[in-house]
Amino acid sequence: MAHSTDLDIVNVTKRFGAHAAVDDVSFSVAPGEFFSILGPSGCGKTTLMRMIAGFEHPTSGDIRIRGKSMIGVPANKRPVNMVFQSLALFPMMSVGENVAYGLTCRGVSRAEAEERAHRMLERVGLKGFGERRVTALSGGQRQRVAIARCLVLEPTLVLLDEPLGALDLKLREHMKIELKQLQGTFNTTFVYITHDQSEALVMSDRIAVMNQGKFEQVGSPRELYHNPATPFVASFVGETNRWQGEAASASNGAISVRLPSGAVVQGQGRAGQGALAFVRPEAVALAQDSGALGNLPNRFEGRVSAVLFDGAASSLLIDTVGFEQPVRAVLPQVGPLAGIEVGAPVHVGWTADAMKVFAA
Amino acid sequence: MTMRPAQRLALFLLLAPAILWLGLLIVLPHVEILILSFSERVAPRVYAFGVGNYLEFFTEPLYWRTFARTAFMSILVTALTLVLAFPIALYIARVAQGRLKAMLLLLCLLPFWVSELVRTLGWMMLLRETGVISYALRSVGLANQPVELLYNDGAVILGLVYGGLLFMIVPLANALESLEPAVVEAGYDLGGSRWTVLRRIVIPHAMPGIVAGCIIVFMLTVGNFATPVLLGGKNGLWFTEQIYAQFITRFNWPQGAAFGMLLLLLSSAIVWLGLRLTGQSLGTTLKQA
Amino acid sequence: MLTKRAGLKLATALAALMVVGSAEAAEKLRLLTWADYVPKDVMEQFTKETGIEVEVTLSNNEEMISKLRATQGAGFDLVQPSQDRIAGPQAEFGIYKPLDMSKIKSDQFIASMLEATKKNTTVDGKVYGVPHIWGTDGLIVNTKAAPKVADYNDLCDQALAGKTSFRSKRPALIAFAFANGMDPFASYGDAKAYTAMMEKVGAKLAECKKTVKFFWDGKDQLLNALRSGEVVAAMAWDTGGWKLNSENADIKFIAPKSGALGWVDTFAIPAKGRNDDAAYKWINFNMKPEIAAKVAATAGNFTASNGADKLMQGKLKDQFAESFPKAAIDNIKWYPAVPAGIEEIEGKILDRLKAGS
Repeated sequence: MAHSTDLDIVNVTKRFGAHAAVDDVSFSVAPGEFFSILGPSGCGKTTLMRMIAGFEHPTSGDIRIRGKSMIGVPANKRPVNMVFQSLALFPMMSVGENVAYGLTCRGVSRAEAEERAHRMLERVGLKGFGERRVTALSGGQRQRVAIARCLVLEPTLVLLDEPLGALDLKLREHMKIELKQLQGTFNTTFVYITHDQSEALVMSDRIAVMNQGKFEQVGSPRELYHNPATPFVASFVGETNRWQGEAASASNGAISVRLPSGAVVQGQGRAGQGALAFVRPEAVALAQDSGALGNLPNRFEGRVSAVLFDGAASSLLIDTVGFEQPVRAVLPQVGPLAGIEVGAPVHVGWTADAMKVFAA
Repeated sequence: MTMRPAQRLALFLLLAPAILWLGLLIVLPHVEILILSFSERVAPRVYAFGVGNYLEFFTEPLYWRTFARTAFMSILVTALTLVLAFPIALYIARVAQGRLKAMLLLLCLLPFWVSELVRTLGWMMLLRETGVISYALRSVGLANQPVELLYNDGAVILGLVYGGLLFMIVPLANALESLEPAVVEAGYDLGGSRWTVLRRIVIPHAMPGIVAGCIIVFMLTVGNFATPVLLGGKNGLWFTEQIYAQFITRFNWPQGAAFGMLLLLLSSAIVWLGLRLTGQSLGTTLKQA
Repeated sequence: MLTKRAGLKLATALAALMVVGSAEAAEKLRLLTWADYVPKDVMEQFTKETGIEVEVTLSNNEEMISKLRATQGAGFDLVQPSQDRIAGPQAEFGIYKPLDMSKIKSDQFIASMLEATKKNTTVDGKVYGVPHIWGTDGLIVNTKAAPKVADYNDLCDQALAGKTSFRSKRPALIAFAFANGMDPFASYGDAKAYTAMMEKVGAKLAECKKTVKFFWDGKDQLLNALRSGEVVAAMAWDTGGWKLNSENADIKFIAPKSGALGWVDTFAIPAKGRNDDAAYKWINFNMKPEIAAKVAATAGNFTASNGADKLMQGKLKDQFAESFPKAAIDNIKWYPAVPAGIEEIEGKILDRLKAGS
């Protein structure tokens, strides 16, 4: 009987003394979904994951897997398997034994366990690695063993605890794609925790942003990026310009914010007395003369203070009149502004829609 | 690698004390004992070369039986020490933190601040017929007459296990400490029971420590003298007593020397066999110890 | 860091100290003996009279011989093995040097004892030992708890199971041989007959072992067990028995029916002794009746010094009289010299006794 959700977290709270590491969190994960929990270190995401795995027990609330409560079920009896941050491969066993371990624990015969481990290794691209010591594998191969070790058990849920953290950048980029593909091939539900917004954005179907024990927002990567529900989400997910000021006037969702310098910017959102305004760098339009930005409500003059070249992710910092901090914009790589240098005068502008305003 | 003469001289000078120590205090006496063990008495003050002292060991059942008994009891003591030390080491390595950990290790070390003789005498005070335990048993009504707990194999084993415990706990705790907590958790997470995790993950990981501890405890036990003599009483004949008896009360040095060499060889053979059976190499074990 | 000059000064000072130190080091007598044979006041008086310092090392027969053998007779200037343990080891290892009887005041000794000891310690016509202290091996019995014990064999009485003790050493073999109608001393010269006899004694002891609580090793261990009542009858030295008798009148030293074993501890000079003069001085000093009486009192035994018995305290005399009626004195079996090779035969029997359980 198929259940409509694989995982339900219902009002789960975990206290360590007076401190609530996880504070009344609820969410559901659908079958086959790649669900990420994104948050800074210490936000409670690891505690939450360890409660799902069964290594910690909630102070209150319920954890259900396919509708069945997991309260009181020990870790080794849950249909949940975990890929540890350190991978935690068994160094005393060969690659094949690592993968077959879980099967033999379930009472699968040795021969069958070996056979199934062998097939699983083939599926993750490690054919013929069964006899190797795990210490003789590269970082990416170890990663695949750790995942194969879980997937061979056909769990309802695979938990991944920042497994890419230890890899170098290039391999990490590669593994992001590989993980996503693996998840697609096996169609297993993944719950992935990370503090790296880029990992979460690239791989996830949905992301929960967690801060101080609570979920700030749950949504698709695009929703989070383009329509952050809170200032924390706006600043934590993706690069952004952030300014503080006072709400000057507001009507019908449109709002104008007066910066400390007296400059006024137009945006969308709601705020009380104090206001926080966010603009993504890619929403900032650049022009050599102000006429080109004529129809934008927010227009300012500035001078390039730094060129941060990083390929496709390159940006410019522009000292802008009226702003205490330089405005960040995407470095144009084609067109008339390509090759712009430090010190060059430039005009910046953005639409009111592009600027999200929140109460400070 | 090439060295300038001055460097080579410095290295030599640095190593000289160690080489002298090894040579004079360890190798030389053994060579002398070895030579002595091959001499046979023909007449007063006349000795000849021969293997008679070694033959005596194999032809006189008394001697090889004493050795077999000593070896068997030592293996038993080693096994008991391991079983007792494992949970303690596990607790020290994985559960105890900070000051508690230091205190527990200190507690294990404490008995070694007094000499082995004093420790053994302490056990005698506890176990003797008019001793503390016998008295306690009577006063709680578990016995209606004085109980003699001393002068039997049980007392010898008790004393030897007690003396070996520290030498088992330290290498074990060392080995267990290096086991990453996540690996144990992974063992449970993938469906392993406590027993499976212990058997397939914790014990294999601690194996070098187990082997190191077992070798140390076995060698200490097989070569022990005071504990079996004092606690064993009339039945506790240990092979070292045979050596002592040959040297001191029988004035038969060549025989004592042969027994000494045999003790060294046979106990080394047992250790070697143990290593082979557990599939460990001496190299990795020494690294752990 | 020391400067060169300061270092030199220091070295000179040290060297000077060493010279002074060695010059001032008193003449020394290194004595290897039994516990209680050197009372402190006797030692001090000797040093005062002669200027010779006495350095005492305590030991027993076997260890004395082993120590001397290890050094081929060096390390000590005077030793005190039992009279029966001189000739054999001397023939085997050559660890003693002959005594110059002209340097020993013979008239200070009980003449018969001196003659007997000289005879027993003579090798190749040379004398190696003179008597000092003598005593016996017999039975210490708690007469209230074990009233029936009168001979060595009674230690094997089932009624006393777990409450008796003896040493697993050669005196036990000799004692049980006599108790079972054999004469081991008569067979000393015949290795084959002696072996057969010892096999028999060994079998007897193996059976007796079931009633033995432990084979005692140290004197204090045995005396404590007798005091606490853990042991009620044991084969042991008379002196221990009398000591306990003074504490508890129920505990008595009994001369066994088959005869107490008489031993004599001697003075002998090691082959490589460095200070023979001091050794002779110590012997002559110790055999003076007033000194010998003091030593005997401390040791709780009797002395070979002629005339010392008149100076002894009354208590020990009374205890001796109670333990040794006239017939018992005549029945004391004095150890003859142990020929080389006897220890080998006995040793194996004793090893088996300890090994078999």
